[in-house]
Amino acid sequence: MFNTCIRKFYYGDIPEDNAGGTQSNKPAAKNEWPLWEIFIRSKQGLDHKHVGSLHAADAAMAIENARDVYTRRQEGISIWVVESKYITASNPEEAGELYEPAVDKIYRHPTFYQLPDEVNHM
Amino acid sequence: MTVQDFEKLFQDRIDAEIKIEAKDWMPDAYRKTNLRQISQHAHSEVVGMLPEGNWISRAPSLKRKAILLAKVQDEGGHGLYLYSAAETLGMSRDEMIADLLSGKAKYSSIFNYPSLTWADMGAIGWLVDGAAILNQVMLCRTSYGPYARAMVRICKEESFHQRQGFEILLVLSRGTDEQKAMCQDAINRWWWPSLMMFGPKDSESTNSDQSMKWKIKRKSNDELRQNFVDMIAEQIKVLGMKLPDENLKWNEERRHYDFGEINWDEFWAVVKGNGPCNKQRLEARQKAHDEGAWVREAATAYANKKLAGKTKAA
Repeated sequence: MFNTCIRKFYYGDIPEDNAGGTQSNKPAAKNEWPLWEIFIRSKQGLDHKHVGSLHAADAAMAIENARDVYTRRQEGISIWVVESKYITASNPEEAGELYEPAVDKIYRHPTFYQLPDEVNHM
Repeated sequence: MTVQDFEKLFQDRIDAEIKIEAKDWMPDAYRKTNLRQISQHAHSEVVGMLPEGNWISRAPSLKRKAILLAKVQDEGGHGLYLYSAAETLGMSRDEMIADLLSGKAKYSSIFNYPSLTWADMGAIGWLVDGAAILNQVMLCRTSYGPYARAMVRICKEESFHQRQGFEILLVLSRGTDEQKAMCQDAINRWWWPSLMMFGPKDSESTNSDQSMKWKIKRKSNDELRQNFVDMIAEQIKVLGMKLPDENLKWNEERRHYDFGEINWDEFWAVVKGNGPCNKQRLEARQKAHDEGAWVREAATAYANKKLAGKTKAA
């Protein structure tokens, strides 16, 4: 049968016959441009927000590439770039210890306090 | 905890519609499936620039040329969003590109068809992007966070692609007899390959079940294909053209259009690498990669030199 060795299709018509995307733990080739995380301020008065990442040889190129990739439709007026290796992230496995202490402190929220209806503007 | 416990917790999160993020625990097979799907999707965007790139220098007006340039640039951007999403799963960009160039990684077969006339730019936008959008809208809700976010961004841009394609055909459909014929011819050639974009029938695609369970996919190939047919069968009326399928007919009972059988022999032939342009596409990618090598090297050398200067000064 013609199709015996191609059976799996992950995305539409793209077959998987020992296809690419095999996970690898090889370090990035040393001539690969470093990865940068991109933050965009969409309009004056708002925070910069993480929008994605890209490769660039240096910071100036990262900003230029970010301009081309993430602001083609006026999505931003200011760009921050930071090399991904400088980002330290919390560990999802420690989410319990990190965030659980906030769970039982409902008195931190204004709605915890029942006040008479006559009290306005509070 | 055992691996089974982790897998149970993982599936519970998926079932509760909680997105999986890069640093979260995930089964190896989930990582692998996503990595392959996302990287192949990225390759498709990048190779997808080629059939249209063919017409940039031949667009009939400056307006059309500017639009086509913008669209092709978008496709490059889409490839980049997707490569970045795939990289979060632990594979380097260089490795992915190497897999594409060596032919190890696949991309959507639709791009192995040639773009013969200007009307093809319309048909590609309307039909090929239209079919891709159905897949991509579904993937906006995929369970892997970075993939879903890339898809949201892409979907926002795709609708311009489809509309400009339809508009190209609309203009042709109201033009001279020759232009009308060109419009119909492009539709004739792109219709069946577009249907093939959704992949084999559900009964032949063994991988879907697990992907559905993990909510990587949320609709089957056949469901998406039916949605597509229903949508296009209505839209073509506006063009006053015909889809090349004698069996296309509204089925009142099913509330869907019935349609003819896809030529699966052709489908498998193109998938296997025997489409009209498989070889040409990879050669074009390889050429672009080789010719860009000096730029990549020069930029790295320049960055290193600047860095060295800075360290010395400090």
